[in-house]
Amino acid sequence: MKTFAELNFPGRLVAVEGLDGSGKSTQIYLLKRWLELQGVKVFFSEWNSSELVKNATSKGKKRELLTPSTFSLIHATDFADRYERQLVPLMRAGYIVLCDRYIFTAFARDTVRGCPPEWVRGIYNFAALPDLTFFFNAQLEVSLQRILDGRPQLKYFEAGMDLRLSSDPYESFRIFQGRILEQYLAMSTEFSFLVMDANRPVEPQQSIVRQLVATKIDLSKYKLPES
Amino acid sequence: MSRSKRSPVSRTPAGNGRVLIPRPSPKRFYGHGIPGVNLVELAGRLIVVEGADGSGRSTQIARLVQWLEGCGHATVQVGLKRSTLVSEELEQAKQGNILSHITLSLFYATDFADQLENIILPALKAGFMVLADRYIYTLMVRDLVRGMDEKWLKNLYGIALVPDAVFYLSVSPEQLVQRNFAKNQALDYWESGMDLGLSRDMFDSFLQYQALVEKQFKRLQAGYAFTIVDGDRPVQEISGELQQRMELVLAGR
Repeated sequence: MKTFAELNFPGRLVAVEGLDGSGKSTQIYLLKRWLELQGVKVFFSEWNSSELVKNATSKGKKRELLTPSTFSLIHATDFADRYERQLVPLMRAGYIVLCDRYIFTAFARDTVRGCPPEWVRGIYNFAALPDLTFFFNAQLEVSLQRILDGRPQLKYFEAGMDLRLSSDPYESFRIFQGRILEQYLAMSTEFSFLVMDANRPVEPQQSIVRQLVATKIDLSKYKLPES
Repeated sequence: MSRSKRSPVSRTPAGNGRVLIPRPSPKRFYGHGIPGVNLVELAGRLIVVEGADGSGRSTQIARLVQWLEGCGHATVQVGLKRSTLVSEELEQAKQGNILSHITLSLFYATDFADQLENIILPALKAGFMVLADRYIYTLMVRDLVRGMDEKWLKNLYGIALVPDAVFYLSVSPEQLVQRNFAKNQALDYWESGMDLGLSRDMFDSFLQYQALVEKQFKRLQAGYAFTIVDGDRPVQEISGELQQRMELVLAGR
């Protein structure tokens, strides 16, 4: 697999990965604001898929129809839709595209659900790798606290209830998230994650994120013409 | 079920009511398969009928079902775009032609996986004869014709169970045109491969597309061991051949 830069796309893709509650969404939002204020052509991909794929996914989740294989495939369908209709055109048009989660989320989650890792990776090999991937590595307890404090209703698949880890959704969520974290850490070197210490406060993290982006991407190439 | 039409069958239901018990047949997946499936438990048979629209698939499947049930075997039928999970959405996607290639391909794979796990595997476990009106081969062929990577497709469909038999009804494109007109009074957009831009003339496009499909099927034949059945013959003759072949399958040969 190659990065967008290696495939000669004019755009650059920056992805953030990490557990729910790791603070990655906050960090990518602040990165976006910084780039926008400099007049950089930036696009934040919100993972809004076509209604069609989304309908099927939410039906499958609501009715608890999904098995590990169909869970994996329907999310791959969803990703492919965004990839083909949104990401590739933006990358061709020379944008800096910021993605809250990318294929590594699927790699981690589907593997924990018992899908063979080679199968999952094979399915996603149509996608180019991000040019930069930040991994927000927070202690499991820190992420869990942030989620469990704020949002007490856990959804079935989100809590990994389909894995029958525990009949208690909170306990199931803890075990599930712990296993996902292990998968992320195992991928970290292979995919050159930029590992962030997500236990730290927002500002020092954002400072590192901005500096790394500025070092690795020549932002002057991506500025909109001054009007 | 009543058997109104008598077909030239080698085996008719025994008058004494004795039902032949199929010999066990070893099963395997093409690739990684579905996690957690115990293949030894799959006692039934998986029979696939492939072929273009108008090749006589559904007629032959209906006749096979009638014959199998007459012989005392329980049957279940599956086919493309019939899953609870995504069949409606897939139909809409096809109508509107709004999804890109890989997306549509994965959407079909999801539909297939849903039926595999929720219908095919449980039915086989219960000892049913599962008749599949098309299987992964049609899906692969459609994508191959559209230039998709064969390795990618093979990995994707590594979840599929290897059928006990695959019958490919081979019908010449000229015959297919006639049958499609007789059935629908018009050619279908997708079955004519109009999305490929082969020709703006639908008739030309249909012939060209079906020839490409046929070529890919023949190419897959070696690796996937299809039985090619001459579909240009009369209905009765074809079902006679299929029944004979089914007997071998049931005998575990």
